[in-house]
Amino acid sequence: MTAALKVLRPGLFDTIQDMGRIGYMALGIPTAGAMDRIGLRLANALAGNPPDTAGLEIGVMGPELLVEADSVRVALVGRLSPSLIGGDDAPPKPLESDRTYLLKRGQILRVGMIDGASTAYLCVAGGLALPPFMGSLSTYSRAGIGGFEGRRLAASDSLPLAQASAAPGNERKLGAAFDYGRGPIRVVWGPQDDCFSDDGKRTFVTAEYRVSKEADRMGIRFEGPVIAHATSVAKGGADIISDGIAPGAIQVPGAGLPIVLLADRQTVGGYPKIATVASVDLPRLGRLLPGHSVQFQPVTVEEAEKLRREQEAQLRRAIASVTTARPTGGIDLVRLYEENLIDGVIYDPTPI
Amino acid sequence: MSVRYLSCGDTAFTVEFGNEISPEINGRVMALHVAIAQAAAAGTLEGVTETVPTMRSLMVTYDPLATSRAELQPRIDALIARGLPTDMASRRVVIPCCYDDPEFAPDLTEVAERTKRTVDQVIAAHLASPFKVYVLGFMPGLAYVAGLDRTLYLPRRTQPRVRVPRSSVAIAMDMTTIYPFESPGGWHLIGRTPLWMFDKRREQPVFLAPGDSLEFQRIDRKAFDRIARQVEAGAFDWSTLVAP
Repeated sequence: MTAALKVLRPGLFDTIQDMGRIGYMALGIPTAGAMDRIGLRLANALAGNPPDTAGLEIGVMGPELLVEADSVRVALVGRLSPSLIGGDDAPPKPLESDRTYLLKRGQILRVGMIDGASTAYLCVAGGLALPPFMGSLSTYSRAGIGGFEGRRLAASDSLPLAQASAAPGNERKLGAAFDYGRGPIRVVWGPQDDCFSDDGKRTFVTAEYRVSKEADRMGIRFEGPVIAHATSVAKGGADIISDGIAPGAIQVPGAGLPIVLLADRQTVGGYPKIATVASVDLPRLGRLLPGHSVQFQPVTVEEAEKLRREQEAQLRRAIASVTTARPTGGIDLVRLYEENLIDGVIYDPTPI
Repeated sequence: MSVRYLSCGDTAFTVEFGNEISPEINGRVMALHVAIAQAAAAGTLEGVTETVPTMRSLMVTYDPLATSRAELQPRIDALIARGLPTDMASRRVVIPCCYDDPEFAPDLTEVAERTKRTVDQVIAAHLASPFKVYVLGFMPGLAYVAGLDRTLYLPRRTQPRVRVPRSSVAIAMDMTTIYPFESPGGWHLIGRTPLWMFDKRREQPVFLAPGDSLEFQRIDRKAFDRIARQVEAGAFDWSTLVAP
């Protein structure tokens, strides 16, 4: 029997994602990929996987998964309150997020709701045994490609695992939850900021914008003050000859309200884009929920690049701070060895 | 000819060759698209992840952890300064299209009436148009194909259809297109091809590419059904569509 995680109850929007389908935008294929690349990187680091390994992106509420393998090590990252159901009549046992667990056959992982964010990740050590499509496992559900049958998970789906059982080893946890930063979302003006009046640009960077209900992997439609185009909409001020759409592009159609385009965005479009979210803040956008408010703050391209490099260093420090997790019950042998024996007389660190 | 560099955050920028749609401008876009791909393959443009050609501009995406805008822009400038060919060799593809069945071509009569031609003249003009694939986008494999015969120019339908069947061949403005999926659409449906413009079972799921020269070949319903069966079974030989 193949090792698998079986979906007993699906979550709201669970899709398999990796770092995206890169290189096919010229054919009209969106990149898709993780909405919060930091969350996916951390989950893979905990699971001991290469950084681009595909994992399960959990949207708002996660699934209930039955372990149909001898054992599997899962890493959960995000503001989750997961629990474990033993398969008997015992009540669900609460688990922590931002760490790994070794699950045994017959156990049920209830991933649960995400608290105050839209996105969290579940990665399995060794990855999933799914065929990549155009070089990637990222799900793009609008075209039914990638991931698990090109769609979000549904009840009784069976996610095949690459490893029949988990390798021996300790469970691991993050030193601390990753700090995504706060304050305004940083943006770079352009590519079509010249399509907006000075007043319109001022509105964009001073007003507060609220995430509407129309928010998904394709993008977020914001509510707030209208941004004025430089030329009246009736005279084509909200139309341009279509050009490429970068991740985080903020297009402003005729109605004057900004739409930030994210992982599943189309490749080209004909609305003017006033600014583009700096890549450092894309993971924050990928975690926003309807009702959240943001402000936008302009930075230069050079500043945005520098912020991104600093965040990468912060992410590497977070990965370096991964430690052995205390087991939730029983004796932690590794910890015992580390704390009692390493300084003991039987251990001689001198090289021979 | 000077270009404009437009910022698209810290992971992309757009090289804009002009503010109009013309074969010359698009030719330069495609030439830079190819030149960058060659330079990246040769390892001289580290950090460039991909390029997205459109009618009049090329978006260049990059990894800000591997390079920077300040490093890349002069290199792109140098590629342009070296001189881009304006007449790129392009693939010539022939797309079979059935115009006969009213189910396939529900707008053909209306197009004929509004352009003051006969149905046969409309079909002949579509067959004679020197088409070129400018952009793929909006949905995977959807091609914006310019070069429609002038006599057939019409604005989009005022009332878009909620459901346009897959593989419908449609016209609007100065362009034609082929719907890769069933989707909403506002173009005029004048025929249908038995081909699937996006087929995830194929190693190259998208058949058309930017820069392709394209012409339609008229087929009857019998030929349509025959090819459709082959396409459905995954047994169609797509190489027969590419002219030598």
